[in-house]
Amino acid sequence: MEQVFYYLSDHMDMIYFIVLSVFVGVEVIGNVPTVLHTPLMSGANAIHGVVIVGAIYVMLHLHEDDFMGMILGFLAVLLGTLNVVGGFVVTDRMLEMFKKKN
Amino acid sequence: MSLNLSLLEICYLIASVTFVIGLKFMGNPKTARRGNLIGAFGMTVAIIGTVVLHDQKVPPIIYGLIVLAIFIGTIIGWLTAKKVAMTKMPELVSLFNGMGGACAALISLIEYPHMQHETGSMVAVLAGLVIGSVSFSGSMIAFLKLNGTLNKALRIPAYNIINTLIMAGLFIWVVLMIIMPGFDSALNLYLLLFFALMYGVLFVIPIGGADMPVVISLLNSFTGLAAAFGGFLYGNKAMLTGGILVGSAGTLLTLVMCKAMNRPLSNVIFGAFGGSGADTGSGAEGAGGSVKDISTTDLAVLMNYSKKVIIVPGYGLAVAQAQHVIHEIELLLESRGVDVKYAIHPVAGRMPGHMNVLLAESSVDYDKLLEMEEINPEFSSTDVVLVVGANDVVNPAAKTDPSSPIYGMPILEVNQAAHIIVNKRSMNAGYAGIDNPLFYDPKTSMLFGDAKTVLTALANELKAL
Repeated sequence: MEQVFYYLSDHMDMIYFIVLSVFVGVEVIGNVPTVLHTPLMSGANAIHGVVIVGAIYVMLHLHEDDFMGMILGFLAVLLGTLNVVGGFVVTDRMLEMFKKKN
Repeated sequence: MSLNLSLLEICYLIASVTFVIGLKFMGNPKTARRGNLIGAFGMTVAIIGTVVLHDQKVPPIIYGLIVLAIFIGTIIGWLTAKKVAMTKMPELVSLFNGMGGACAALISLIEYPHMQHETGSMVAVLAGLVIGSVSFSGSMIAFLKLNGTLNKALRIPAYNIINTLIMAGLFIWVVLMIIMPGFDSALNLYLLLFFALMYGVLFVIPIGGADMPVVISLLNSFTGLAAAFGGFLYGNKAMLTGGILVGSAGTLLTLVMCKAMNRPLSNVIFGAFGGSGADTGSGAEGAGGSVKDISTTDLAVLMNYSKKVIIVPGYGLAVAQAQHVIHEIELLLESRGVDVKYAIHPVAGRMPGHMNVLLAESSVDYDKLLEMEEINPEFSSTDVVLVVGANDVVNPAAKTDPSSPIYGMPILEVNQAAHIIVNKRSMNAGYAGIDNPLFYDPKTSMLFGDAKTVLTALANELKAL
């Protein structure tokens, strides 16, 4: 149990960061008109594609002879890119529709 | 800290700020598109920064693989997103969400054999693996359901109990892998992966198609969470902000969607929609009487001499690609002095706002799209309501029949109008699998057939008048 507290206090910066980000996330979405729910979900979907940064990081730290790691890492970067690029492009296409409204 | 890594931290700061601003801008129709581009810019900075700014001695083959993967992913992602039909967007979002989940799970798989097995990183790696896998397999099932491959809600007996047991099992397994010496073998990791994937499938498969948007939104926030755990593992601020933002915003969005359907989230996940509840519903109403149909010729005359027509578009309209024809009919009627409006239910289409996007695509005037609260008082003064491919959102059972599974869901009160015309392909029950007493209303006439074919015929009849 003590360990848990030590762990928490060692990582206090990170925990503040997480708690505040949660509030920002909730705040940012508040009062969004229904019309924008689908594009917003799609946009959020693109943003969590940031997980690709982790995939690239893992690849950069692989050993030269870790072939299994390379295959999985290649897949991870590929899928992450799909998430990012596809996500932003599809959101842009949805939002394009709102352009000529005025 | 080296110069490279300091610069990388600044890249991540830029990315984090653009994510927040981007999401904020996306909440307003005027700035939404810019918001998305801002987010995309920040993401590009973060990705390029990660590839270029580091102090590792990276073998050329690995560098090559990274660049190749990004290159292939960009081409495929870009082309798919550009080419897909507007109606297919919800399933595409689901597919891309699954890719993100898989990415998070793969990171954990690679990282596991290399890491120090201390509590903090174990939690991050295992949570990333479980949540990412659930999000991946769940999204794939949602994708298959939305594109019609898996169109029935499959229910194994006592699925709620089984799912809860698997969820508890996954949790205990993770805890054991962290605290029990010798339990953290690679075999146990793969077993965990297997059961997490299975949980994703079992979690989504019993949920009816009408609830898929809520599920996708929920899985979307799961992937965000998985990304955040990755960020925690590497102390990577961009992953943390991006992941947590999506996690919390996605959860809130999920709840907002549930609210639009007047159903608690627990009801969506554990409840029966299109399952046993619907059987009793259709049993009670199935013998509810006969329906009458109307020809396009008669309908054209009826509409032509009306003062006010309201069109209620549903997903059926989108599937039949009839949004352009409906706009043509709207213009024809207006040229004859008929007042035409569209009534948009908050969950019309497959996702909130989906119908607005589709109609905007066929250049329907934005001011003509009225939301439920605005349009409901107008039905009583309306001559003709034309319901195209919508069913559950106009089902009066939601107001009158407490035994109906959709009881309490706010509906468009079309039965207040003088004439109700319902276009459907057949008398099959709607997406949620519930029978609709509206069809047996004496004021209702059915217009059977594919929406595009029938509406094109109607437009031609109108032109001929």
